[in-house]
Order: sequence, then structure tokens, then C-alpha cells
Amino acid sequence: MSEINLPAAAEPVDPVGLKAVGIAAAIAVLLAAPFLASEYWINAIIVPFLILSLAGLGLNLLTGYAGQLSLGAGAFMMVGAYATFSLQLRVPDLPLPLALVVAGLIAGAVGLLFGIPSTRIKGFYLIVSTLAAQFFFEWLFLKFPWFYNGNSSATIALSRGLSFFGLEANTPHGRYYLTLGIVALLTLLSFNLIRGQTGRNWMAIRDMDTAAAVIGVPVFRAKLQAFAVSSFILGIAGALWAFAYLGSASVQSFGLTRSYQILFIIIIGGLGTIRGAYFGAAFVSLLPLALDWLFQHVFGGHVDAGLLQNIQKAIFGLLIIWFLIKEPEGLARLLGLQRAQGARRRLFPS
Amino acid sequence: MTTSAGPALEVRNVSLSFKGVKAISDLSFQVERREICALIGPNGAGKSSLLNILNGVYIPDSGEIVFEGEHFRRMQPLEAARRGIGRGFQNNALFSGMSVLDNVIAGLSRKSRVTLVEEAFRLPRALSQEKAFRARALDVLKLFDLEKHAETVVGTLPYGVQKKVEIARAIVARPRLLLLDEPLAGMNAAEKQEIAAVIARLNRELDLTVVLIEHDIGIVLKLAHHVVVLDYGRKLADGPPETIRDNPDVIAAYLGAQHAEAVA
Amino acid sequence: MNMFLETLIGGLLAGTMYSLVAIGFVLIYKASGVFNYAQGSLLLFGALTFVTLTDQGVPALGAIAVTIALLILTAIAIEKLLLRPLTNRSPMTLFMATLGLSYVVEGVAQGIMGSQVRALNLGIDDLPIFLGDIMISQFDLIAAGVALAIVVVLSLLFNRTRIGIQLRGVADDTRAALSLGIDINRIWQIVWAVAGLVGLVAGLLWGARQGVQFSLSLVVLKALPVLIIGGFTSIPGAIVGGLIVGAGESLAETYIGPYLGGGITPWFAYALALVFLFIRPAGLFGERQIERV
Repeated sequence: MSEINLPAAAEPVDPVGLKAVGIAAAIAVLLAAPFLASEYWINAIIVPFLILSLAGLGLNLLTGYAGQLSLGAGAFMMVGAYATFSLQLRVPDLPLPLALVVAGLIAGAVGLLFGIPSTRIKGFYLIVSTLAAQFFFEWLFLKFPWFYNGNSSATIALSRGLSFFGLEANTPHGRYYLTLGIVALLTLLSFNLIRGQTGRNWMAIRDMDTAAAVIGVPVFRAKLQAFAVSSFILGIAGALWAFAYLGSASVQSFGLTRSYQILFIIIIGGLGTIRGAYFGAAFVSLLPLALDWLFQHVFGGHVDAGLLQNIQKAIFGLLIIWFLIKEPEGLARLLGLQRAQGARRRLFPS
Repeated sequence: MTTSAGPALEVRNVSLSFKGVKAISDLSFQVERREICALIGPNGAGKSSLLNILNGVYIPDSGEIVFEGEHFRRMQPLEAARRGIGRGFQNNALFSGMSVLDNVIAGLSRKSRVTLVEEAFRLPRALSQEKAFRARALDVLKLFDLEKHAETVVGTLPYGVQKKVEIARAIVARPRLLLLDEPLAGMNAAEKQEIAAVIARLNRELDLTVVLIEHDIGIVLKLAHHVVVLDYGRKLADGPPETIRDNPDVIAAYLGAQHAEAVA
Repeated sequence: MNMFLETLIGGLLAGTMYSLVAIGFVLIYKASGVFNYAQGSLLLFGALTFVTLTDQGVPALGAIAVTIALLILTAIAIEKLLLRPLTNRSPMTLFMATLGLSYVVEGVAQGIMGSQVRALNLGIDDLPIFLGDIMISQFDLIAAGVALAIVVVLSLLFNRTRIGIQLRGVADDTRAALSLGIDINRIWQIVWAVAGLVGLVAGLLWGARQGVQFSLSLVVLKALPVLIIGGFTSIPGAIVGGLIVGAGESLAETYIGPYLGGGITPWFAYALALVFLFIRPAGLFGERQIERV
């Protein structure tokens, strides 16, 4: 198997097997995490971090790899969450893992549908289609009680909780392992896609779409695949966000702010890198904590939550601009873990 | 499809305009099978636009293209590739964020037969196709002496090397007609000789019909079997290199203007 | 029939407001090729500054002067810190940078001036006027008049003044304009400042009607379909696009909405824009891009 190992692009040589050691260490830490961290950290930081990473990964396949800008990540997460809810409610025999897969497929189909305009329009024009998805589903899932089963607060929650092949996953540890398992599996599958023909087609379209079509890359099909795969992953991330993190969710859980947040995760973490989604999500999860701590301890006072939010917003904005100007590959490159050779590459060349 | 006799490519009364400005006017010429046809003419003569029509990037206002006996009012880019029309671009249209090898393998995309699911789970068919593609791309890289750059991100390589990668990408899927837009631009004399020799060899050994745009008249006259001269979107001359060299119109319009041109 | 006319006229008048916002986008897009997502935040910033100053007892005229000065400084800062370092980058990168910019502007503006809703009184009564049986909002009528006046002023500016002609040169052929010695950075500063001022007017009108608050910045989301329909490069396109979206939304909510449970305004403009994209990707008045390879 190793002889056909085909990296998506040049990777630094690693004679000592440092990488293998690193990966083993990372896996050990991930598995042991629940016993190292407090319940608060698992519930409020680590689980959402993992889910945001997954969402970032999904969007990165579409935007970072295939070059199709989307402001509708929240919409596809929403579809995944509401589809899971409906499936668990109306097809009670379907076990949760399968329900998640089916919900992902539904989100993928919806993503494909809203990706069709990408075959006619390019660049930032595409945000029209993805924003249309965002507004449409916010309206749809709020307007028709069928989607939230007529619940008086218009929220969705799994009445039977989370269970995975008979294993209850309603404890913090259970939710953590459930999330970790799904995130790890989808990351692996994405990685396989990226280094194969699909990934090459996507990057070819991103780098130079006219040339891609001329040399025989099936642009139409590859773009739709990118939308479908990205939305599949976002859909599952949405379901996890609703039921493994929040417990009960509403349309507001997946509003435009969520879409921006996911986009910011990949810009900060690194467009067109798998690990970028993790770095970006870690950053987004930890920044509020860091700021809070800073104000508590350095400025020694309680700061109005609204002000803190605005400061955070300004910092995010500045970072976005800074990364786009200085480091389009984001934290993934800054942290020195990115490809060794090769000058900075320009994403989205004009 | 390939058995019908007649020319490989026929351009019939093709016209093209941008926002009312004529780029190509009523242009007709033929390219015989297995010949190297050079398009020459000053910048803005409509040469690249013509190649873009042949690839389906531009839609002509009128006229038609006959490729291997089949008539086309317009080409679609993917359709052109599927029918075996390869293309190298003027200002390197490589996929700058990908490695040299991946760029070349991308040229094999339309030959891919594996599904998304097979790739995601690395099923045997996906793995064996990947292996085959990789081997084929490496073979082509060898032809240009580029194996040592296989894993390098293409955007970081010098211009001359990138040009070679482009030709490699264009021929990896074994086209029957190869369109090259200034394949020798930006190279030194030795490199030009080397690439011209590769083009001649591809033409000879793979029975590849070639249409190329080139400004270096010395090379053109040696390499091409047939020269078409364009000026302001019209055909000025059309014939074997020897007759073109002595054509007074050509000398006036093109050879005289040659020095004024910036060869990118 | 009266109801139809009333709906239509109300929609058209609301549409002039969309047009006004969209014009700010067109100016910037023509001059610097950027779809400025931060236009909405700049609009909020302008209106918020004005309200904060008048709340502090600064007379309206002084408040306007200070606000305008701040907007001009902001435009210069944006040009120097964002546009210049991103010269020659793809439209998508520029777009994402302005998305970041919108966060900065909103964060800073609301951080300093607060996030609560502020009432703004421009002294315009919102009394209905009757044309026969048809009721029209006086405020909308005045707002439409202001929008029209701005369009006239802008076209004079661009067709008669030296700066305007230079700007058109930059929009038509940036390279040629540069070789003629036009200072493109200064053009950008001016255009962003003018767009900021147009945004201020829109922000004040809009703010007077629904209060000055964060949601003002969301007008950017209304302008996008307007631009898709009208074309990104055309001021007449922005106006026509605004009217189409305004009238379309109003009619759709009245006549289609009831069948769908109502509340379809947030996405209707987008659905309309998508239809237009399939029919005329460059918009009604836009120019088709030629791909060069």
C-alpha cells in the first residue's frame, strides 16, 4: 500500500519517521483526552472544536480545494441537523449512524442542487447561490412546523438521545468519542479524495478553470462533486453540532454568523489544507477564552460581554485581512507544518 | 471516426469579434494529417483566439470547424479534449498550487474511470488507476527530462521548465491534434532546439498533428511543414515554409514587424 | 387593481433605497474591481457616528461634517492598509478581505458607540399621501427623491470633472490609465470616500426608518441580488436592479407569499437573482468578461 502513496503535492522527506511518532502521540492524546480534561472543557470546548473542525474541513474541500466560495456553510449544516432529527423521529428503526449517513446524503444532494449555478457563474458571484441556500433554509425550517415536529419553541432535539450501535453516548465521554470517531473517519476519507483524481480535478479548477476544461478535466462534474461532498460533511457536522454539542438546536444555531465563522476558520487555519480546518477551529474556539482571561487577569476587571464580543469581532476581521495579505495558507503554514519546498502559492489566481 | 480520409482539421470561414471589434475575419485553412502547421503573425493577429475557438473556449460568430471529418459550429472544451485535441497555453496556464506530476496527471482526468466512493475508500480499482496514471505521467516527464522535478510545486519552477510541463500535460492523454501557443517563448537557444526536437519527434513517432504559434521564424521554417500567416485576423499567406519565406506581403507585414515585438 | 398599484409603487420606492446602496458597490467595483462586502458596515458606521454625535448634543451640521471627515479618513486607511497590499490578487481574495473589513468596522464602531438600537429623527414625517385611492408613504417619496438627486450628482461628477473622467479611465483600462500617469491609489481613496458618503446618505434614510442598529449593515445582503440583476459595472443597472428587486419583493410577498406561508422576502430577491444569472450572467447592464488564456 505504501508504494502507491501519492501525496497531493510535494511533502518534506522524513527519514526518522518523526511523522509516525507524532501521529501516534496525537492519537494517544486524543483517546486519553477525556481523562485529562475537565468535563467543562470536553463539553464546552473540545467537542465544539472537533465539530467546527469537521465543518471547516467540509467547507475547505469546496472553497480551499475546489476554489468555489460559499457563504452557505450554515445552510448545509442546518439541512443535516434537521434531516437527522426527522429521520430519528419518523424512521425510528434506523440506527443513529445510518441516520447520520442518510442525513449527510440529503445535505449532499441539497448542496449539489445549490452548486448547479457554479457551472454558469464564477468567483464571488457564487455567493449568491450559497446565500440563497442560507436564507431559504432559515425560512423553510422555521416556517413549516413539520420540520421541528410542531415543537412550541421551534427547536429540535433527539428524544432518545445519542446511541451508537447500542452504546449510549449521552455522557460527556460518550459524546466526545462519538464526535472524535466521526471526525477522524471523515478526515481520512477526505484525505484520500484530496490526494486522488478527485482532489486533482478540484485543485485544477481552483487554479485555472478554463485551462482545466481545455485539458479534459470534467469541470461540471467535479464542481458538483465538490458541492456534494462538502455538503455531506457539513451536514454531518451540523447534526453533531445540534445533538452532540448543543443538545437542542434551532434555525439560529446555523445562521449566517455560523457560515461566516466556518469560512473564517478555513481562512485563518489555511485554505486548501486538511489540517488548516483544525488549526482554524482551535483558534476560533480558544480566542474568546484567551480574551476573557486577558481581561480578567491583565486588565483586572469585568468587561461587558457585548464589548468583549465586539472586540473579538474586530480582532477576527483584522486577522482575516492579515492572513489574506500575508499568509493565504494560514496557520497551517505559519506553524511550519506545511510543505517544506515551494514558495508561497497563491490561492484563487485571477 | 478516424478512418475517414481528408485533412485532420479544417477551419472554414471562421469569424470572431469581441464587443464589435473583429479579431478573426472569414478565415479558412486546412491542416493535413500528421503535419506540423505553424501560425505566424504579429501580436493581435488572432492566432491565440483561433486556438481558443478550436478548443471551445471562444464561440465563433460564424463559420465552422471540421475535425477529422466531423463538423462543428462550435466546440465545447471538454468535447474537444475528448476528441483528442490537446493544448498548451501562451502564458502558462498550469495549476500553480499542484506538483509537476499532479499537473501532468490532471491531463489524464478524462481517462479516469473510478468513482468518488472508490477513491474515498481507496478501493483496488482506485489504487491501480492511480498507479497507472502516475507511471504514464512519469514516462512523459522523462521525455522532457523533468523526472527530477516531479514532486516540485509547479509555480516555483522557472518559466522555461513550466513551458515543458505544459507540453507534457498536453500530450499525456495522447491527443491526435496538439495545439501549442508559443511553446518556445522565454527559452534560450539550446532549450528551443531541445523542445523543437521533442515536438518533431512526437509528430513523427505518435503520428501527432501539430498546430503551433511561434515567433522564432528560424525555428518555424525548420520545424513546420506548412505555415499560415495571419494579420489583423485575416489570412495573409498559406503554404510550405519555402514559399512563405519569399512572400513579399509576409516580409512587409510580419518579418518587418518582428523586431518591434515583445516576445514574452 | 389599486392594491396592485399600491404594492407596486411601495415596492418601487423601497427599491430606490436598494439602488442607493447598490450604487456605492458599483462605484467601488468599477474603480477597484472589488465587491465591497463592507459597504453595509460602512453605512452603519456613518449612521452610527452621526447619531452618536447628535445624541451628545453636537448640532446636525457639525455632526455631518465630522462624520464625513471620518469616512474620508476611513477610505484612505482602507486603501493604504487593505487595497494596496492586495493589488493584483483575485477578486475572491479581495472579497474575503472586505468580509474581514466588515467585521473590523462593525466591531470597532459598535465597540465604541454601543450596540443598542438608536432612534434617528431627520425631521421627515412619515405621513401617507393619497394619489386618488392609492396611498404612498411620504418618507419613501422623499427618500426616492434623494436617491435620484444623488444619481444625478454622481453622473455629473463622473462625466464633467477631471477626477470623474480619470475614474472612468481606470475602470475601462487600468493599465492604460496607469501609463498615462493617473494616480490609481488616489482614485481608489476618492472612490471609497464617495461610496462611503453615498452609504452615509442611505444609512441615514434607512436608519431614520428602522432605527440605527446592527441590522443596517445587512443591507449589503439586499444589494447583492440588485447588482447581479443590474450588472456590477453599471450605475443605471444598480438603479433598475434596485427597482426590480424592490417591486419584485413587494409583489411576491403580497401575491405569492400567502401560498407559501409568508415571509419569503429574505430569499425572494436571491431566487430572482439566480434566475437572472441563468438568463444573463453579466446582468442587464453589465459587460461580459472575455476569458484570456
